[in-house]
Amino acid sequence: MGLRAYVVRRCLQLVVTFWAFFTLLFVLFRMMPGDPTSMFIMDGMTPEQREQRIAELGLNEPLHVQYIEYVRQLLTGDFGQSFIYNDPVTSIIVVRFMNTIVLMATALIFAYIIGITFGALMGWWRDSRFERGGIIVTLVARSSPEFWVGIVLLSVFVFWLGWFPSSGMRTTGGELGGGFVARYGSLDFLHHLFLPALTGAIAYLATPTLLMRSTMLDVLNADFIEIKKAEGLPERTVLYKHAARNSILPIVTVAAIATGTAMGGSVVIETVFNWPGMGREMVSAVNNNDYPLAMAAFFLMGSVVIIMNFVADLAYVYLDPRVEYE
Amino acid sequence: MSTEQPSPIDSTTTSIGERFASLRQRFEVFEGDRLGQIGLAILALFIFIGIFARPYTIELFDFTISTPGLAPYDPGERAVGDRLESPSVAHPLGTTDMGRDVLSQLIAGTRVTLIVGSLAAFMAVFIGTNVGLISAYFGGWVDDVLMRITDIVYGVPFLPFAIVLVAVLGSSIVNIIVAIVLILWRSTARVIRAQVLSHKQRPYVESAQAIGAGHVRIMYRHILPNVLPLTFLYAAFAVAWAVIAEASLSFLGFGDPNMLSWGEMIYNVYTANAIREAWWWVFPPGICIMLFVMSVFFIGRTLEKEVNPELNHQ
Repeated sequence: MGLRAYVVRRCLQLVVTFWAFFTLLFVLFRMMPGDPTSMFIMDGMTPEQREQRIAELGLNEPLHVQYIEYVRQLLTGDFGQSFIYNDPVTSIIVVRFMNTIVLMATALIFAYIIGITFGALMGWWRDSRFERGGIIVTLVARSSPEFWVGIVLLSVFVFWLGWFPSSGMRTTGGELGGGFVARYGSLDFLHHLFLPALTGAIAYLATPTLLMRSTMLDVLNADFIEIKKAEGLPERTVLYKHAARNSILPIVTVAAIATGTAMGGSVVIETVFNWPGMGREMVSAVNNNDYPLAMAAFFLMGSVVIIMNFVADLAYVYLDPRVEYE
Repeated sequence: MSTEQPSPIDSTTTSIGERFASLRQRFEVFEGDRLGQIGLAILALFIFIGIFARPYTIELFDFTISTPGLAPYDPGERAVGDRLESPSVAHPLGTTDMGRDVLSQLIAGTRVTLIVGSLAAFMAVFIGTNVGLISAYFGGWVDDVLMRITDIVYGVPFLPFAIVLVAVLGSSIVNIIVAIVLILWRSTARVIRAQVLSHKQRPYVESAQAIGAGHVRIMYRHILPNVLPLTFLYAAFAVAWAVIAEASLSFLGFGDPNMLSWGEMIYNVYTANAIREAWWWVFPPGICIMLFVMSVFFIGRTLEKEVNPELNHQ
């Protein structure tokens, strides 16, 4: 199978995966206990008003009609009305989504810069005390759930040292900037961003570190490294220019997949630090039976995962010419 | 991959004695591996605590055996007037905002972790191994269908899915385990499939086919024993991920209200707004989660050496 055929097949698979994913969403959210009107009944809604509300939401239609309507709405980016905020879900979720992306992107960039550097050094100085210590530190970081890392950082840097604010995205009363740079570039924002981003960085550090180390070991065994050393190149040049560069390939694929997984982690990190992102919004939406909002958040997170898996597969065949398409 | 290495149990005619020898050999991997030994020791300690957390009374015919529980108090018992008390002799790890003993809650929580970790990992690996085995052995459309399903599951974000499923089915330990298993089997399935694909081509499978062994027999009697070490490795990882997932779910408030877990303890600290002052209440459960998962990862690393000697862990 050629490259083109592989890409076409992978695209088809993407469509099927998406279809399966939003069908799963439909089934899950139709199974939710307590129909969406139950929270209105408490406001003294009469049975007629309730009927009317159900009709408004289209919940009295047969399931297949509801399903078609649901697909149509998703395709047009219409997620309905939030029960709690009484605003269109799309307008709420877009802001939250951006906040989550900024937080998780920062965390992942940190994680991969630190991870790749440490992993490369661990492979280079194999059998050293540095390597053994590094492995233990990485495994400890990997064993800590995100919320636990967050709590430890909170206790040390906020409650004990008092260096950082404990929660939120900006100091209350701080003026909301209009543009992207004003919003995410201010010192106050970066001050708030540091701890949650560090939490994510620690939580996602293990994968690139261990992977970089083991591919480094593979590459260092290769003959061309010996040749480069024999050529009399300085160690540093061999490490950076030849060994590390050739080891970075598998990391690219894993990084794409990690971006997807980080979506799940954002749920926890945002809850710990009260970060106004999509993950925290999803938790409170589920708790408040605000199905449209919860579903939209879940849908966006799943979409990121699916698309990043797709990117990972394509990046892999593009970057490594040795790959055979099965 | 080490797929060319002859496995010690490649032959299908191993006697029970040889089985035991190979089992002993498995434990020998831990010899000289400090991290693996530490992992085993920590895990053994947690299992001990989990089993003897609460007092038992076993009645066997005329005998009544009762063991004392390790937890000094009933985890739900309120000691009036001792609210948010820092550690003392009566309460070595202090009390909660309700005046409950933290140490007792911690000990009782060990059991939840063990149950979730072992059951979820067993079920996930059981499903994953079977899917991988069947998919690779039969190939063709069976392989296509099973692997596309695996791909789809890879597209589902783990924690958000678990949250929604638990919200739909209700917060109970069984539903939490189901939610974890529904996602966790995917990695085992892929890895086992790749391994079985390479085993399918080997002479021992061909000779088994030649003497007329059936599909089921070849799959489970001949191929499965050879991929079992890999299954064990993934079981160790599955335990770790399952425990982390349960802790995260409970921390977010979706835990089983009737079975207090470590994650739920931290959730309680959060909702009581006591995280700033009550360090004795936050740190013990967090450290326990970390130690438990760490012990499993240490054991996993040792198993990995056995499964994949080329990884060069020395």
